[in-house]
Amino acid sequence: MGFPPEPSGRVVITGMGAITPLGNTVEEFWARLIAGESGIGAVQQMDVSDYPTKIAGEVKDFDAELYLDKREAKKVDRFIAFAAAATAQALQDAKFPTDDEELKLETGCLIGSGIGGLIMMSDQTKRLWESGPSRVSPFLVPYMIPDMASGYTSIIHGFRGPNTCVVTACATGVHSIGDAYHIIKRGDAVAMVAGGTEAPISPIGMAGFCAARAMTTNNEAGARASRPFDAHRDGFVMGEGAGVMVLEDYEFAKARGAKIYAEVVGYGMSGDAHHITMPDPDGDGARRSMLKAMKSAGITPAEIGYINAHGTSTPYNDKFETIGIKRAMGDQAYKIPVSSTKSAIGHLLGAAGAVESVICVLALRDSKLPPTINYETPDPECDLDIIPNVARDAEIEYAMTNSFGFGGHNGTLIFKKTVE
Amino acid sequence: MAEVFDRVRKVICEQLSVTEGEVSEDKRFQEDLNADSLDVVELIMALEEEFGIEIPDDDVANMKTVGDVSGYVASKV
Repeated sequence: MGFPPEPSGRVVITGMGAITPLGNTVEEFWARLIAGESGIGAVQQMDVSDYPTKIAGEVKDFDAELYLDKREAKKVDRFIAFAAAATAQALQDAKFPTDDEELKLETGCLIGSGIGGLIMMSDQTKRLWESGPSRVSPFLVPYMIPDMASGYTSIIHGFRGPNTCVVTACATGVHSIGDAYHIIKRGDAVAMVAGGTEAPISPIGMAGFCAARAMTTNNEAGARASRPFDAHRDGFVMGEGAGVMVLEDYEFAKARGAKIYAEVVGYGMSGDAHHITMPDPDGDGARRSMLKAMKSAGITPAEIGYINAHGTSTPYNDKFETIGIKRAMGDQAYKIPVSSTKSAIGHLLGAAGAVESVICVLALRDSKLPPTINYETPDPECDLDIIPNVARDAEIEYAMTNSFGFGGHNGTLIFKKTVE
Repeated sequence: MAEVFDRVRKVICEQLSVTEGEVSEDKRFQEDLNADSLDVVELIMALEEEFGIEIPDDDVANMKTVGDVSGYVASKV
């Protein structure tokens, strides 16, 4: 076939990478997630004595030098290093021909971040006030801007196709993969490296989210503090990490003999137009996002085998998302297993939807549904089948993931197991 | 002079993640030490802090090698 090939209009996943609080490779992360482990504990990377929240889902033993040269590893913001690491893993997993110059012209990057280089911002703001404007690093701007995750990875691998960035707070990861899916589907690229990355555990990041009263302060609970859908949930636990997928045109992936994990078949988006941080109490934005995703996939609620919920463990999100799922799924709502893996790793903000997409694909591959851990006390307002505490075996064909962000951004993706 | 060079070299090693053996007076920042223009800006800032001096951008424009920089710093301290 000629190159670039005619777009098939279908998009498949051929490689995945992840840096998470439960492991720095996809397989370690997945094994521990299914085992019901938690990656949440006392914050190690900064002094939190003055902060009401003292726990987080931190990435442990991350060695940026495995993926970047020594100087770069020391210089770049952590959110960029996470993206570079997850991308390298995903490309290796896909056995992507990174030496094919023609292909690289048709390969793009879309790795979003909800906030960008907050650690860089925190450090340099301190320098500004302590030592004056002439002491601020020339790398502040390039390593703080959220789009640098895409820009940087494109430079490493020489990918010269579409290069862009989504910034939709906690919906970033889903929107990044969804928008990359659209880019390939309409023929603007043959392959895309897509996902989300976040490294918000910094003085300014922790202070900001503490001030917004969005995070739990139940520090004593430690690994049990993130408890989505439980009656005693009282705020999210911040996490960090990255998830990246290699997406390819289906015919192209098939022709090169790539291993195909699953197909991206549905993508829906909506806006709440309600409040800057609070979700719509009718769950209407969530409902419309799920309905649009099912419509684009051409399937009905009866075909959805699993939903990875946004499930932040805040009182409002879990209640209103439950309402949204019931309204979108109708009679089927109680029959669909729904879990929140934020119970185990916390809320990775702009990376959440990307890591949760990786989870959906692995659930399809292994016929295993990850649990909502730390579930103790039922909440009558969150009464769906949330896969409490223990993973479940289930042969499923379609998996859905939801993400909702400050600003009222909603996104839903649907993945299909059988690709033929 | 030798003491200034040693201190300059130490700052260069820290800033550019190179070893002392790689840093000699004839080494050019861009070509030999793989430093781009932003790296040089940051390096100059670190030298200003180390030696408590001001190095105007116009003067930086003439510094191509490690020797240029250490000579300049030595003339200022």
